[in-house]
Amino acid sequence: MSHVSVPKTYKLFIGGAFPRSESGRVYEVTTPKGVFLANAAQASRKDARDAVVAARAAVSGWAGATAYNRGQVLYRVAEVLEGRRAQFEDEIVRQEGVSASAARAQVDEAIDRWVWYAGWTDKYTQVGGNANPVSGPYFNLSVPEPTGVVAVVAPQDSSLLGLVSAIAPALVPGNTVVVIASEAYPLSAITLAEVLATSDLPKGVVNVLTGSAAEMAPWLAAHADVNALDLVGASALDWVDLEIEAAQTLKRVLPPEEGPDAAAPALARITAFTELKTVWHTKSLL
Amino acid sequence: MTIENAVRPAERAVQLLGDDLTETTLKRYLEGLPGVDAVGLEQRAAGLGSRSIKTTSKAWALDKIIELIDLTTLEGADTPGKVRSLVAKALVPDASDLSTPRVAAVCVYGDMVPYAVEALGSAHAAGTDQGINVAAVATAFPSGRASLAVKLADTADAVAAGADEIDMVIDRGAFLSGRYGLVFDQIVAVKEACRRADGTYAHLKVILETGELNTYDNVRRASWLSILAGGDFIKTSTGKVAPAATLPVTLLMLEVVRDWHLLTGEKVGVKPAGGIRSSKDAIKYLVTVAETAGEEWLQPHLFRFGASSLLNDVLLQRQKLSTGHYSGADYVTID
Repeated sequence: MSHVSVPKTYKLFIGGAFPRSESGRVYEVTTPKGVFLANAAQASRKDARDAVVAARAAVSGWAGATAYNRGQVLYRVAEVLEGRRAQFEDEIVRQEGVSASAARAQVDEAIDRWVWYAGWTDKYTQVGGNANPVSGPYFNLSVPEPTGVVAVVAPQDSSLLGLVSAIAPALVPGNTVVVIASEAYPLSAITLAEVLATSDLPKGVVNVLTGSAAEMAPWLAAHADVNALDLVGASALDWVDLEIEAAQTLKRVLPPEEGPDAAAPALARITAFTELKTVWHTKSLL
Repeated sequence: MTIENAVRPAERAVQLLGDDLTETTLKRYLEGLPGVDAVGLEQRAAGLGSRSIKTTSKAWALDKIIELIDLTTLEGADTPGKVRSLVAKALVPDASDLSTPRVAAVCVYGDMVPYAVEALGSAHAAGTDQGINVAAVATAFPSGRASLAVKLADTADAVAAGADEIDMVIDRGAFLSGRYGLVFDQIVAVKEACRRADGTYAHLKVILETGELNTYDNVRRASWLSILAGGDFIKTSTGKVAPAATLPVTLLMLEVVRDWHLLTGEKVGVKPAGGIRSSKDAIKYLVTVAETAGEEWLQPHLFRFGASSLLNDVLLQRQKLSTGHYSGADYVTID
C-alpha cells in the first residue's frame, strides 16, 4: 500500500500546549526560491497576551527551582535537541536554502550554546553577585535574581541558532520567555518548542509565537506585565519606539544586533535580565 | 406517608397555594413543576456565552460588573484588618482611576460586620440608595449544620450589628430528603430574624448551594421554594463547594425569577457566587441576565456577583481600555 504523506500543522506554543492562533490566521512559509513549505500560525496580539499570562504563571516555579535543577532541565533540552538533529538540519536546509553541511554546523553551534548556557545556571550568581565590604558586624550581599517575564524578538535571519542564542540566556537565571520567532523561518522555532515540551521544562516557561514581529512587538513592549524586552532581532522594526514604549513601564531592554555575531554567547546576556538584590545579614549574635 | 403539619405562613406561598398551607401542598406544588431540559439549558447557556462584546459595550459592561459585585472575603483567617482593606478596595477599587465605580456591597462573616460598618463610615448605605451595603453570611454558613435557634441568633446578631443583607444557606440535607416544609420554615424564620428594631427588614439572600443539589430539577424546586418562603434574592453557592456558580444553573434560576415576575409582578434578585474570576465570564452572565430576566435586572438590587478575585480582573481590563496597553497584576492591589 502506498503511503500518503501527513504534513505537519505548525502551531503556536503557549503554556505548554500547541494552540492555533486565536485569530485563525496562517501564513505561508516558503523556501528562498518561493516553493511552498508549510502554513504557520500567524499569531495576534491576543495570542501574545495569552502567552504573557502563561509566562507570568510559570515564573514562580521556574525561578523557585534550584539552580542545579534548572541546569539539569536545560541540559536535557540539549540532549533532546541532539536526538532530533536530523529534523532540524532538514528544516534549516529547506527554509534557509543553505547546504547540508551549513545546516549541520548551525545545529552543532545551537546545541553547543545551549549546553554552555545550561552550565551557567549555578554559576552566574557567583560571578554576578558580590559580598560587599562594610564597616560593621554584618555581611552585605548582592545577589542577582531573575527579573520575571522576558519578551524576545528573535533574530530574523536565522532559523535555529538565533532563537537559541536569544532564549537560552534569559532562561538561565529563572526568567520565563515569550519569543516572537523569525517571521521567514518559523518552522525550526516550533520544532524547538516540541523539544522544549518533551524535556522537563515546566509549561509556560517558554512560549513561542510565529507571525509578524511588527504586529506583536508593540503590544509586548507596552505590556505592563512584561519585565524585560530583548530586541536582538528587531533591527528592521521601529525599535526606538519599542524602547520608548518599554521605558513607560520600566522594562530592561537589550538593543537590536545584526550580523553573524548577533547574540553571541556572553554572560552579559544572562545578567541583563536579572535584578540585583542586596541584603544584610548578621555575622553572629554577639 | 403524608406529612400534614402546617408550615409557617409566608405571604407569597399563601397567595399562590392557598390558606391551608401544608407541607403536602408545598411538596405537591414543587414536585409538580415541569422538569428541566438539561441539554437544552446547557446549549442555551453556551449560546448566550458566545456573544462578542466589544469596545463601548465592553466598557459599559466592565463598569456594570463592578457596580454589581459583592466584594467578598469569607476565610477562617479573616481579621478586622483584612476587612478594613476589603472596604478600602470597595470604596476605591482602582486608585489610578478615580472614575471607577464602587461595588454594591462587601460580604463578610457575621462577626466582621461591625468592622465593615465602621470602616465604611458615611459610605455605608444603611438602607439608602447611595453607598455600599454590608452583607453578612449567616445561619452556620457554609454548611448550615446548626440548630434553628443558633441560625436565628446568628442572623439577628448580624442584623443588629448593622448588616443590610443576610446571605443564608438552606438545609441541603433536609431538602434532598424531601423535607421541603422544614427548609421552608427555616427560610421564613430567618426572614423574620432579619427584621430590625424599626420594623424594616434586612435583604435576605437564600443560598441554594447548587453544587450539592445534584440535578437541575432540584435547583428549580429550591429556587421556587426560596422565593415562596420570602427570599429577596436567590444565590447559587457558598463558594466553598465545587462546582460553584455555573452559567446554566444561573440561567435556570433567572428563568424562575422571570416566571415569578410574570406570575406576580414581583422582582426577585439572583446572585451567582463562586468561580467567576474573569471579566469574560462575568460578561457572559450579564448577557444571560439581559436575555432572560431583562435588562432591568442589571441593577444592584436585582443582580449581584459574589466574587473576590473578579474585581481585579475587571480592573485590569478597564486599564487596558483606558491606556491602550495590557496591564498586569502589579497595577492592582493584592487581596
